[in-house]
Amino acid sequence: MAEVVFDEVSKVYADGTRAVSGLSLDVGDGEFMVLVGPSGCGKTTALRMVAGLEEISSGALRIGERVVNHVPSRDRDIAMVFQSYALYPHLSVYDNIAFGLKVKKMSKQEIDRRVRNAAEILGLEQFLKRKPRALSGGQRQRVAMGRAIVREPAAFLMDEPLSNLDAKLRVQMRAEVSRLQRDLGTTTIYVTHDQVEAMTMGDRVAVMRKGELLQVADPQTLYDRPVNLFVGGFIGSPAMNMIEATVTRTNGALAVDVGKQHLELDEGTLSSRPALRAYEGRTIILGIRPEELEEASLAPETPPDRRLRGVVELREALGSELMVHFTVEGTREALTEDVKELAQDAGAPTAERPRESNGSGALLVGRFGARASVEEGKPVEVAVDTRSLHFFDAETSEGIYDAEPKEKGASA
Amino acid sequence: MAAAATETAQFSGQRDTTAARILRALAKTPLQILLAAIGLLWLVPTIGLFITSILPQSSVTSLGWWKIFAHPSLATFSNYSHLFHNAGLTGALKTTAYISVGNTLIVVIVGALAGYAFAWLEFPGRDWLFIGVVGLLVVPLQMALIPMFRLYNTLGIGGTTLSVVLFHAAFGLPFAIFLLRNFFVGIPKDILESARIDGANELWIFLRLILPLGLPAIASVAIFQFLWTWNDLIVSLTFSVTPITVWIFDQLRQFSSSIDVIAPASFISLIVPLAVFFAFQRYFVQGLLAGSVK
Repeated sequence: MAEVVFDEVSKVYADGTRAVSGLSLDVGDGEFMVLVGPSGCGKTTALRMVAGLEEISSGALRIGERVVNHVPSRDRDIAMVFQSYALYPHLSVYDNIAFGLKVKKMSKQEIDRRVRNAAEILGLEQFLKRKPRALSGGQRQRVAMGRAIVREPAAFLMDEPLSNLDAKLRVQMRAEVSRLQRDLGTTTIYVTHDQVEAMTMGDRVAVMRKGELLQVADPQTLYDRPVNLFVGGFIGSPAMNMIEATVTRTNGALAVDVGKQHLELDEGTLSSRPALRAYEGRTIILGIRPEELEEASLAPETPPDRRLRGVVELREALGSELMVHFTVEGTREALTEDVKELAQDAGAPTAERPRESNGSGALLVGRFGARASVEEGKPVEVAVDTRSLHFFDAETSEGIYDAEPKEKGASA
Repeated sequence: MAAAATETAQFSGQRDTTAARILRALAKTPLQILLAAIGLLWLVPTIGLFITSILPQSSVTSLGWWKIFAHPSLATFSNYSHLFHNAGLTGALKTTAYISVGNTLIVVIVGALAGYAFAWLEFPGRDWLFIGVVGLLVVPLQMALIPMFRLYNTLGIGGTTLSVVLFHAAFGLPFAIFLLRNFFVGIPKDILESARIDGANELWIFLRLILPLGLPAIASVAIFQFLWTWNDLIVSLTFSVTPITVWIFDQLRQFSSSIDVIAPASFISLIVPLAVFFAFQRYFVQGLLAGSVK
């Protein structure tokens, strides 16, 4: 049990690539910290520095009371679960799990006790004599977990441990790993590129991009108050709609103009985001999560000035809900570096081009109730929950919150 | 949809008729016959040698080999029993064993250690040094015979079994290091990193992971090196050591007609490497790494 502290930790490779720059992060004792970000954001490098598999270029890394920059992996008292599981193919499941204990010259009885205990926790009892190649993906993953937990280390490091499992098993193992970590109470750093994993598993989530830490917060805060467009777009599925809008004032209250349409803002919005006042008359980027949109007839209490009108382009019925893609005339999708990178990460081939449908406006995605009456090609009226709108500076991509612009976490 | 499914069924049905299977088998048969013929052709000298070795010396020259099938057969193992009471031969066999086993051990141990270092340890000049090792692969050993002969005499180990062992080891190592390094590099890096995090030091990793995982490659190196040095003539001849190859060669020179000694001795010399090959063959298993990652 120990805390893990990154203090301005950087990693620069010999060819000058900065994989991680000035990472400062405190992982509390017993905390489940998830590092998340698109590929190449430095999250795995950060983890490997904790493991001692990468040298630390500058800064200090502490595990417990000890600065471990120059401590070899084997003396760091950590255990790691690899994406590939990295099981020893010539050893049985029992010997795989016992490997780290045998290295430590632990007594036979103690090894046996711990291995059997771990096997019981993970449901591996009947597989102890098997070789890894005779196991399924999920069982291999459990063996890798078992190898980590018998060591009773100061911290667990997990490098995308679930990404090689199929979707169903991944959901199951996600819950198992979370429960296991909670039961053991061992400090855990978990790397993933999957925001759902990050949100469901982490006590806190650290979002990284291009080697920099953007935001560390508990999942709800991350969802409610993303520090910038990138975090806003990365967290949540389907991704947040991001369109250009203008802040205006009517009858003393603030509102945003989306194309020719008008969205009235609540008093609460202004009081929780006093900085928004300074943007009056300027163009900002408005973030609307698909789940804050609803077909108007299913939300009759929403006043007319909190509705958007558009044309339905595509309707995807999921049974429990309806994903509706619709265009709003006269609007433009935000197209900043952040948005492009997010689109690239999502695998969109045309990241350079905004998702304009027919040149008439931005394409938005709404997550409507299953009973919503929408038809493709027909107009739709969409109620907007204006209490949960997100506002970002059009130039810096920073979220607009407090009156004083925050310095911390700015990506320059 | 239904029509398409029927079509597919018919199509696959046609492919698996008995006639089609016979045709497929026939298509492969010429190749198999050819391979079998080549195999038999290669076996002819060995069979001839064996038959010669079990015929009495008097019959070899005067009668045909088919006499061993006559009644009563002329076949006899007296040649062999005489040979095993010949101190010259047993001594030569022992020398051969010392040389081939000794140098194979050195090559395997040093080669595996060096291969691991070249594959997985960071040290300055590693890649240049490895290029140097690869370069040594092309040095012909004949070039070193005379200089080494003089060096051995200066050191006072000229004419000893040890001198031949060392010579073979030196010339076997570049290939062994090259082969083992390339095999070890293919061992998933995650496994070694995982072991390091689990607390293992380099020696432990070498003994508990690299050696068992590298067994197929190590076995190949050992077999190659053993066969090569078992059959060596020129090196031992130069350093005046008498393993079985040199001993047989000496028989040939002294009594040109001593076929009753040469044939069985040659056969013994041949059968041992063959046995070794078949004994170690099971280590050439594929897929030892299966199930480790992903």
